[in-house]
Amino acid sequence: MNNRHIYFLAAVLTVLALSMFAYKAKMLGFPVMPQQQTQIWTIEAAVSFTPGPAAVKATLRIPSLTPGYSLMDENFISRGFGVTTRPAAAGREAQWAVREASGPQTVYYRAVVYRDPTRQAEDTTPAFPEAPKLDEASRIAMEGLIADVRRQSADVASFTTELLRHIGQGQNDPYIRLFLDRTATPSDRAHLATIFLAGAQIPARIAHGVNLRDRAGAVQPEVLLEVHDGVEWLYFNPQTLQQGLPPDFLIWWRGDESIASVEGGSGLDVTVAVQQSLLDSMLVAERRAERSGSHSAEFSLFSLPIATQAVYTVLLMIPIGALVIMFLRNFIGLKTFGTFMPVLVALAFRETRLVWGIVLFAIIVSLGLLIRFYLEKLRLLLVPRLTCVLTVVVLLMAGISVLSHRLGLQPGLSIALFPMVIISMTIERMSIVWEERGAYEAIQEGTGSLIVAAVAYLVMGIAWLEHLIFVFPELLLLVLAAALLVGRYTGYRLLELRRFKALQEDGARAET
Amino acid sequence: MLSRSRNLNALGVLGLNRRNGDYILKFNPRRLYPLVDDKLQTKRLAIQAGIAVPELYGVIETQHDIRRLPEIVHNRPEFALKPAHGSAGDGIVVIAGRSAGRYRTISGALLDDEFLSHHLSNAINGQFSLGGVPDVVIVEYMVRFSALFERISFQGVPDVRVIVFRGYPIMAMVRLPTRASHGKANLHQGAVGAGIDIATGVTLDGVVGTEVVTHHPDTSNPVAGLQIPDWDVILDISARCYELTGLGYIGVDIVLDRDLGPLVLELNARPGLAIQIANRQGLLRRLQICEQRADFAASAPGRIDFSRREFAHPVMEK
Repeated sequence: MNNRHIYFLAAVLTVLALSMFAYKAKMLGFPVMPQQQTQIWTIEAAVSFTPGPAAVKATLRIPSLTPGYSLMDENFISRGFGVTTRPAAAGREAQWAVREASGPQTVYYRAVVYRDPTRQAEDTTPAFPEAPKLDEASRIAMEGLIADVRRQSADVASFTTELLRHIGQGQNDPYIRLFLDRTATPSDRAHLATIFLAGAQIPARIAHGVNLRDRAGAVQPEVLLEVHDGVEWLYFNPQTLQQGLPPDFLIWWRGDESIASVEGGSGLDVTVAVQQSLLDSMLVAERRAERSGSHSAEFSLFSLPIATQAVYTVLLMIPIGALVIMFLRNFIGLKTFGTFMPVLVALAFRETRLVWGIVLFAIIVSLGLLIRFYLEKLRLLLVPRLTCVLTVVVLLMAGISVLSHRLGLQPGLSIALFPMVIISMTIERMSIVWEERGAYEAIQEGTGSLIVAAVAYLVMGIAWLEHLIFVFPELLLLVLAAALLVGRYTGYRLLELRRFKALQEDGARAET
Repeated sequence: MLSRSRNLNALGVLGLNRRNGDYILKFNPRRLYPLVDDKLQTKRLAIQAGIAVPELYGVIETQHDIRRLPEIVHNRPEFALKPAHGSAGDGIVVIAGRSAGRYRTISGALLDDEFLSHHLSNAINGQFSLGGVPDVVIVEYMVRFSALFERISFQGVPDVRVIVFRGYPIMAMVRLPTRASHGKANLHQGAVGAGIDIATGVTLDGVVGTEVVTHHPDTSNPVAGLQIPDWDVILDISARCYELTGLGYIGVDIVLDRDLGPLVLELNARPGLAIQIANRQGLLRRLQICEQRADFAASAPGRIDFSRREFAHPVMEK
């Protein structure tokens, strides 16, 4: 009955910890591995123009709705221009304005994006397009084409593909010849397709974007045809007729207009460049959590000042150290001085490193013990004696630091991080055990403490574990669950198997 | 390893985790601990209940009281000093006489006043108590152990440890000091532990550490086959110690005085598991027999009858 309660509690804690962990790792992309990096792309549009004599205004269409990608950061760089951004017909645009400028000018827009599969085209269903205004001959040709295409297709997707195929034939297609000349660009073709689709009462628009596929340097914006089938937007490449949004395609702006325009100036030139790089996944995940309105990043340890974060990286590992000690004591049966003294020693080992830590610990405790045995002869009262031991321990530590510095042994300096009060108490306890139960037991318990500290240090030093606990502190609930379960473990300890060997031999004899 | 563990379980051996989890936590309420952790309280309770204990000569409570020691032991050449909260015999000094103004311990060492004062002051300040809390020192009658044990004990006072589960004595052993244990009846330090048949009070083979011994290492006399005197009395006072404290799982430590018979030295709310090695029998099996068949409302004599019947050596699986 009592146990069931504990199993239930442990199960609840486990489920809670794992589900929080899964949410943060899967949905928010918190990195499970340390130094995990996420691919990001920096896309820069440089708009250059020669201003006229009066005020000049340059407008650049900038990304707003980008399926498959999320915007992490954007900057507007210019000298002396006022910048405003505003929503436009199909997206957003940025406007640089200045009353007076001389000589050629360049303004920059820089966006940082990362892949985000959760981001969809959350557009509303568009209204049916108006029929295009065409002269009589063109209108008849268009209707003929639409009738032809409709005969050869079943739905919006196949209609579009068929239409694009006709357009792709260009001069060879009797209908298309009327609309396109030899020098038509892919953009012109896509534009033509939107006209025909409007004629067929299908909403369509042109999406311009850049291909991010491991390209570095200047890129040419490419064109996709977006067609709405009444449920969602479908994407078509007007040249290859491929359907679907290519995975590396970042939609930049939509509509028939060009990427930029300038008012009161001339010689407009826009170059777009892509730079791919890697960024610590943690930053990307935080940004994503912010955007998705989740508070998990706000309330994560990353919101603390850096110095406090550093403290918590260490503090959060203490329960892990305690967990190790719990296992070593309750399952193995090792004896230590003080329940959690080895955790504190293990923390000190973080700075000294293992070998030096053990050496320094052994030196300080042995010297402390010598002093303690001498003090015993002086017959001091307990508290003054402890004060003496503590003072001597501090002096010893200072002495060892100075000496090792002189000798050029850097690790000797870090002895200052040993928990001196704990060490003084250990020395006191050890000397009592030494006197009352003999040197063997004192050394055995002292060695046991050191072994436990070393194991705790090794486990607490696993970089991956440290990272995991810091990014997902909820995993400590698992430690809690484990402690609850071990708290009701009534089986034998490993060393008891050896301790009760005599009984086993008897048991074996009785059986045979 | 797993088979070893299963083997131990089949033999009914009690492990530390199980002792703590299933018996101490369950049957020893924490609020009752002070009754046994403070030997002075235990002694007073025992006196009230008419259970024989070593006579209390005095209590040293403060630094100032230390000067009163000669006065307390004025007419008593032999006495024992015990920290009231000491554990595992730590801090106990037994004075067996005086020579040339100095105290002579049972092992023959001569201690001057200054040494003894220092020792008492350490004890008062909590050097020997759990957690270092300030303590008091009991000055009491020095037990003169019965000649019977002289053959199988090296100095010191042998004592009998009885495990009492909810009033039922379930296992017992006698602890015999050795040279290695510096005359202390402490198994951790190398004293011999010899099991006792609950039904008859006759000793079984002994152990030192985890090794079985048939003869005392210092006197070379056989350990087994010795009839513990006053066994009925020992069982009776152990069983009654349950009513004394209300603790359900205790170790009762009893000494046999040459003149006064069995005296209760102290009670232990966390008795060790070495008694199993001394008896080469598991405690768990006996605990389970008790839990299954014993009537926990029975009076002390009824409980003793049950124990003698059920726990005659060896207790085998049924």
